[in-house]
Amino acid sequence: MPWVPRGLREGVVTTPYPRRPDGYGPGFFGHVDVRHQEAVHPEAVHPGGDDPRALADAAAACPTGAIALEGQGDRVALDRGRCILCGRCVVRAPATFRADPGFETAAFGRRALVVPAGPATEEDDAAVAEARASLARRVRGLRRSVHVRHVDAGSDGSEEWEVAALTNPVYDVQRLGIFFTASPKHADLLLVTGAGSAGMEGPLRQTYELMPGPKVVVAVGADAASGGMLADGYATRGGVGRIVPVDVFVPGSPPSPFGILHGILAAVGILGSRRHDGAEDQAARTRR
Amino acid sequence: MTSRPVAPAHGAVGAAGGVHGEQAAGGQGFSATLQRVRDGARFCGLFARVPRPSDTAQLLALVSDGGELFVEEIEVPAVDGRYTSLTPAVPAAGWYERRIRDLFGIEPVGHPRLDPLVFPVPPEGRPPLGAEGDPTVEMAPDPAPLPSHVQGEGVFTIPYGPVRSGVFEAVEYLVETSGEDIPHLRARIFYKHRGVEAHFCGLGVDDGALLAERVEGVASVAHASAFCAAVEQLGGVAVPFQSQLVRVVHAELERVANHLDSIVRHTEAAGQAVAYALFSHHKERVQRLRTRLCGSRFGRGVVVPGGVSGPLGLPPAEVLGTVGGLRRAVGRDVRLLMDTPSFVDRLRGTGVVSHDDARAFAVVGPVGRASGQDEDVRRSRPYGGYARLGHRVAERREGGDALVRQQVRIYEIAEAFHLMRQALDMLDELGEPTSWRAEVPKVSGRAIGWAEAPQGELLSLVEAEDGRLTHVTVRSASFHNLAAYPSAFPKDIFTDVAFIEASFGLSIAGASC
Repeated sequence: MPWVPRGLREGVVTTPYPRRPDGYGPGFFGHVDVRHQEAVHPEAVHPGGDDPRALADAAAACPTGAIALEGQGDRVALDRGRCILCGRCVVRAPATFRADPGFETAAFGRRALVVPAGPATEEDDAAVAEARASLARRVRGLRRSVHVRHVDAGSDGSEEWEVAALTNPVYDVQRLGIFFTASPKHADLLLVTGAGSAGMEGPLRQTYELMPGPKVVVAVGADAASGGMLADGYATRGGVGRIVPVDVFVPGSPPSPFGILHGILAAVGILGSRRHDGAEDQAARTRR
Repeated sequence: MTSRPVAPAHGAVGAAGGVHGEQAAGGQGFSATLQRVRDGARFCGLFARVPRPSDTAQLLALVSDGGELFVEEIEVPAVDGRYTSLTPAVPAAGWYERRIRDLFGIEPVGHPRLDPLVFPVPPEGRPPLGAEGDPTVEMAPDPAPLPSHVQGEGVFTIPYGPVRSGVFEAVEYLVETSGEDIPHLRARIFYKHRGVEAHFCGLGVDDGALLAERVEGVASVAHASAFCAAVEQLGGVAVPFQSQLVRVVHAELERVANHLDSIVRHTEAAGQAVAYALFSHHKERVQRLRTRLCGSRFGRGVVVPGGVSGPLGLPPAEVLGTVGGLRRAVGRDVRLLMDTPSFVDRLRGTGVVSHDDARAFAVVGPVGRASGQDEDVRRSRPYGGYARLGHRVAERREGGDALVRQQVRIYEIAEAFHLMRQALDMLDELGEPTSWRAEVPKVSGRAIGWAEAPQGELLSLVEAEDGRLTHVTVRSASFHNLAAYPSAFPKDIFTDVAFIEASFGLSIAGASC
């Protein structure tokens, strides 16, 4: 059996994540951050801050219209659900936009992808709290074993590679109790990729309906969150959130396998969705 | 030189390696194309466009012959236009004509079986890319299959998809069978149709390159290269040589990743657990190297009109070292895999695409090269950095089964490392250029760009007006080859389907875009 020694030769290649941070994380363009605008812009223009013209330029250059100008054009809001990480804004307005490394980018709900968070009303806060409480109730029984059904609703094909990579020995999600399942009837978690093509609307909805409760939906990628560059066409629905109710969004075009793993772990309550210190994370405590 | 604007005038003009334009005399059929295919040329594709506002549609047939690309153009009325179908004489045109009928409403007269392709049912109302603009096409899928190809007692149709067991792109296979063998299989790709072509209109060329990457995400670099080649041709842009070499490195890493993906899927189908773990680890290493070179696991944003976004993220010598380690590790495991009888036996004789079928469907890429269709546009119409690199002549391979397709991919992985090595050596020697990206003026006109994607020849027809895209058609190898897919099944049984699918290595996103 020549395969046995061959298999042993590589040693252990599995990532320590989420127990410990993975060295690969910092090399990855995770998301674009909007830097403390309040401090940078007490007035319209601040030395060291970006000129409103630079902000307007960055907003105009964005291929998916993810940047909205606010106030007198001296403030911005970035929708990470639309962002495809082209990095143009980072070049045009470097004091405001920063390319942040890392992969822990999943967020609860579509609104949480917009940064900086706008002034929230009490109803908003209540709605978010209710949504999170609902998700927490649903996943209470799932923590140690999650069965995942993947559905492609019009992706460009790269997201499937990244989802499939979760079963390779580097990510090896079985070690975390995460399994891919063939039948939606055995699934707890629905992983959806793609912009929401019209043709997949029916099959996606059907898959969701066939899943037994409690069920959780994770949208993978900017296309799934907003349609990305393919929003508002005759054949796409501008994100899968318009077809099934999504609990957790993983931005990125495509997100890395780590990002998708973070989204799954966040959805089932093993990790918080905020960026966290890997050494301190909850997963270490919840592991068997 | 990667592409040339298609001359609008009559008759063939241009030098070797160029594009020749001609307009059909009669206007209702492609006589020159038919003649060329009869004389041995390879059919490359059929494109349509309706300039707005206009009441004429243009159809462009492309054939490749001896390193040159010939374009024949005919005009038909944009509303209820008809022309003589190419398909009876050129089976490879079959899917193109179905696509054009669905999207533009132009009817090929005499097509043997004009099933809808990008829509679930024959489209009614205004086609999305036709003369009248806004579509009224109903996209609600029709789960009822169309009439089967195979008729007879005990023959039934099993629908498989679009949500399949495992992590796959959405596609539905209608397997017409009498129980175990597969006399016919139909692929229905409309589930993933995203209307990408319509999204190109009105974009600037930089945004166009980003969208091109998303036509077929696993071949982002090849798509951006073909698109940018067309734009650069329109603008008369000379791409810095070092940038061309950087494109080669990214494109070849993309090829290695795709071919490894095909091997991974074979090992998974064969239940070779250790081989699956090893090769999926190798693929992951390639993806991580790509991240270190550009920040994206798919080379996104690297290829831009005029050049590349910047240098490789690591010094060429260091890349060379990493690539060398990868080459040795992959080579070692490939040798063992191809010496494992329980694996090789599953592939031998499985999914045979005969030479006749490969020729009739003008199959491209590794699938074509396994069935005697040798063309590789990196050599036949060399573009960018490939024109200056040494290519080893591929051993001629003929069997046409999954095993030979696998051998072709293994050869191409080795060749990709060989090309990368040359490109990296040159980059190391040449140092940085003054700029990685040449200025691109506001382009106008029409051009065709191409690249050899991991799946095969990729064509990008680009039209622009004053720097804005007015029409883009991307023809991926996946679309072109998928028409030949059913011809690989008739001698096989259900358990072979996974191997045939893996050995074709097609991207549904690219086919259904």
